Amino acid sequence: MANVIDDATIEYVGILAKLELSGEEKEQAKKDMGKMLDYIDSLNELDTSGVEPMTNVFPVKNVFREDVVTNGDTRDLTIANAPEEKDGQFVVPKTVD
Amino acid sequence: MSLMQLTAVELGKKIKAGEVSVVEAATAALDAIEKRDAKYHCYVTVVDRETVLKKAAEVQAKIDAGELTGPLAGVPVAIKDNMCTEGLLTTCSSKILGNFVPTFSSEAVLNLEKAGAVILGKTNMDEFAMGSTTETSAYGVTKNPWNEEHVPGGSSGGSAAAVAAEECFYALGSDTGGSIRQPASYCGVVGMKPTYGTVSRYGLIAYGSSLDQIGPMAKDVTDVATILECIASHDPKDSTSVARTEEEYRFTDALVDDVKGLKIGIPRDYLGEGLDPEVKESILAAAKALEAKGAIVEEFDLSLVEYAIPAYYVIASAEASSNLERFDGVKYGYRAKEYEGLHQMYKKTRSEGFGPEVKRRIMLGSFVLSSGYYDAYYLKALRTKALIKKAFDKAFEKYDIILGPAAPTTAPKLGSSLSDPIKMYLGDIYTISVNLAGLPGITVPCGFDSKGLPIGLQMIGDCFAEKTLIRAAYAFEQTHPYTRANVEE
Amino acid sequence: MKEYETVIGLEVHVELATKTKIFCGCSTAFGGAPNTHTCPVCTGMPGSLPVLNKQVVEYAMAVGIATNCEINRKNIFDRKNYFYPDNPQNYQISQLYHPICVNGHVDIQTEDGVKSIGIHEIHMEEDAGKLVHDEWEDCSLVDYNRSGVPLIEIVSEPDMRSAEEVIAYLDKLRLIVQYLGASDCKLQEGSMRADVNLSVREKGSKEYGTRTETKNLNSFKAIARAIENERNRQIDLIEAGEEVVQETRRWDDNKEYSYAMRSKEDAQDYRYFPDPDLVPVSIDDAWYDRVKAAQPEFRDEKKARYVKEFDLPEYDADILTGEKKLADLFEATTAICNKPKKVSNWLMGETMRLMKDRSMEASDLTFAPENLAKIIELVDSSAINNNVAKEVFELVFTDNIDPDQYVEEKGLKTVHDEGALRATVEQVIADNPQSVEDYRGGKEKALGFLVGQTMKAMKGKADPGMINKLLKELL
Repeated sequence: MANVIDDATIEYVGILAKLELSGEEKEQAKKDMGKMLDYIDSLNELDTSGVEPMTNVFPVKNVFREDVVTNGDTRDLTIANAPEEKDGQFVVPKTVD
Repeated sequence: MSLMQLTAVELGKKIKAGEVSVVEAATAALDAIEKRDAKYHCYVTVVDRETVLKKAAEVQAKIDAGELTGPLAGVPVAIKDNMCTEGLLTTCSSKILGNFVPTFSSEAVLNLEKAGAVILGKTNMDEFAMGSTTETSAYGVTKNPWNEEHVPGGSSGGSAAAVAAEECFYALGSDTGGSIRQPASYCGVVGMKPTYGTVSRYGLIAYGSSLDQIGPMAKDVTDVATILECIASHDPKDSTSVARTEEEYRFTDALVDDVKGLKIGIPRDYLGEGLDPEVKESILAAAKALEAKGAIVEEFDLSLVEYAIPAYYVIASAEASSNLERFDGVKYGYRAKEYEGLHQMYKKTRSEGFGPEVKRRIMLGSFVLSSGYYDAYYLKALRTKALIKKAFDKAFEKYDIILGPAAPTTAPKLGSSLSDPIKMYLGDIYTISVNLAGLPGITVPCGFDSKGLPIGLQMIGDCFAEKTLIRAAYAFEQTHPYTRANVEE
Repeated sequence: MKEYETVIGLEVHVELATKTKIFCGCSTAFGGAPNTHTCPVCTGMPGSLPVLNKQVVEYAMAVGIATNCEINRKNIFDRKNYFYPDNPQNYQISQLYHPICVNGHVDIQTEDGVKSIGIHEIHMEEDAGKLVHDEWEDCSLVDYNRSGVPLIEIVSEPDMRSAEEVIAYLDKLRLIVQYLGASDCKLQEGSMRADVNLSVREKGSKEYGTRTETKNLNSFKAIARAIENERNRQIDLIEAGEEVVQETRRWDDNKEYSYAMRSKEDAQDYRYFPDPDLVPVSIDDAWYDRVKAAQPEFRDEKKARYVKEFDLPEYDADILTGEKKLADLFEATTAICNKPKKVSNWLMGETMRLMKDRSMEASDLTFAPENLAKIIELVDSSAINNNVAKEVFELVFTDNIDPDQYVEEKGLKTVHDEGALRATVEQVIADNPQSVEDYRGGKEKALGFLVGQTMKAMKGKADPGMINKLLKELL
């Protein structure tokens, strides 16, 4: 396996992705990610120099809205699925600032 | 003959003619679900009988009043559980959305409802459409109606199985890397992924936004063309939605049994190593059948096929890692019960709420976008995508249609796929590049292997050439009519 | 001690004056109850998709042109990924790789003359929601009314060297943006926000030191204090042989110090990538030319014109053009009454005095130029005297009343009937023998008292010139 994913990397990606893996899951994730990256590295066989990265497959551009208010007060719908709600707001654990 | 054996268009005609009422059709579908779904588990959620029948009566009244005249008026439908349906549980087969009731419906569903569809329920899928077997669902596995020991394919496995098991008249699926075409192939039904931008993604819970596309799944090509005509629209709410001409939207015009002079290319790269000999034989026989009808068939080298999968997994995982960030326990869905502070709430919610395959892809996607790797992985994949698109463009200069298998094998046995992710990903080899290039693709049943499992023929068209695809698929279907699975009546 | 130089760059966020949010049709109006200006798009509901508000591009382009930027004819939106509850999708749609404007500059006045401050880029992005800390329970509450309000971020080069330069630069930007009508730019209300990137280096050094970013600066005063504070903190560290850490700091205005916003959970690795839900913005020549042609007269040109065209003193022109609203009022009122200096006097005198008393900003002014013009006419025609005029103007200022009507209804017109006035003056002379005696004894001050008494008796409606004349005559 060319790509060796260490504990620090898994820990770091876990912080980015907000996932907390158990010890066993971590070991599995290290193996899986290493294998996938080895596989993905096969792309390096391909000469892509001078090729523009393609985000949109079609040359669609300039899709706009006009600056006109179309939405009314739908607060009830906004908070309808809230796990915890107070006075029409979402409740979250206390944030630092 | 049970009503459930009818195609959607056949049923629509009978309803229009007053031979069958909408309530009768809906009742037949609900009875079928009641009878068979314990066995196949196609649905995550079935709408309660009272609601369905009330809706059926409303639709009937509109038909009687001449307000609904379309071919799908009154025909009951199943919707993949990643499309938002107002007031109806939408889980993406994930624990994290286990209690999520959308406050609006996806545009495709609204288009169906406008045409008089009656929604039966939401079909099972791989969690967040990540998988090829429907086994990553948090709500149990769906079984293949042709053989319950086998998977229905995925990720739209519930929709494919519901059509094959006659638990609905047609269904909507979504296709990010083959998620309509492969399960359609495994379940012996017709499935189509339109050109990217043809059906609005508004209300489709995103997996890989640049690849996702909603499409129809049904018993025959006529149904598929009819459904597509109904759900396709230019939606100003979806910036990637493409406006087509009125004529281009009339997909049913292409239901013509004529392939004379149609140039069909079979990529040699699709027939090589890894392809099951029985599948290969069946695909080549299908090509012969089209040739016999006057099509010109030849083999060619498409190239770059082996690079589609790694490029896809970089792009789809990267987009998914970002798309799925919103599931955090704040606004909707699951929230962990015990936590200390904000970040632990996030982590516990997401770790408990997502299954292993979803976590695997989120981790991979977060990694390839992280500082120092973006160019090497993400941009490299986007450049590869550009090359793959170019290879297709070149092929379509020469051919009207590219023909090949939908999958290397027929449906694998339950429990045999998830242990080796890369092996599972390789199963998507013939479908994935179509999504990268934004092309339309269709699969139609073309035979069976020695185990009696269906084989699907895939045809790929150039961008916006759905009608060519529909014509070819329809012509082929005339040589190979729909075969029912042996479902218990 | 060594001599140090402070190197400052600014990231200025400006909330654009669009009616709707950047990616949905929700109102941007202030003051709604929590979450009443929200929809599936700006609350990150599954399945929702963004569609770009065209006006945002117009404003961003206009600000770019006004600050001498190149406009990227193809620009795209990227996702900036980070988890925080005010950010409903947990990614912010912004522009990293291809921002709309690049390589601009604005000129500021410094003690050493004109200095050019480079603008690295201007990009479009969405604002976050608001977090309020619940006083009663140990939790925070999220309101997404501001989520998705359009912002432009103006990123300067590290070209500033002092708080004075920073403030001159900010004021310059504020005026440009206000003149364009792209934002009201209120620091206190957060429609203009500045984050300060600051490092210090030994004077003469070519290398930059390690910089910090200070956030949460809500006034020019806070910015000046924070710069001073951070400069000293970094110099102290260097003098003590310690390292400056590259970090984000938060300014506490009450305690007047900043603290590091550090957390193991903030990796500051935003995994930017092009947003696949949006398509590129492509600006062709026609669009560019149209926005360029619509650029208004900016402050410097306007100031010069006021001096030339209206013969105003430099001082007046400078103050009037220092606030777009004042300049607008000046021009509109002058257009009606054609008395530029008098209009200027009213705006710089009474108007600014009343604004100061009420802690108002120029953008809060609501009176109609017609009404100010009427007051000027009333005074000029001697229909009312200056004191009455001030009294009436205050009502114009607060309630935009019609001065003609008000003066008529309240009977405030100056009495020009000499006979009536003469009678009153005679009465005042009769009632105040002591003052009369004092005046006759050479006490000039006593005359003022008698004028005042006459004015009082006339309920303020007399012409003071005429009173003076009559008093002198009768005494």
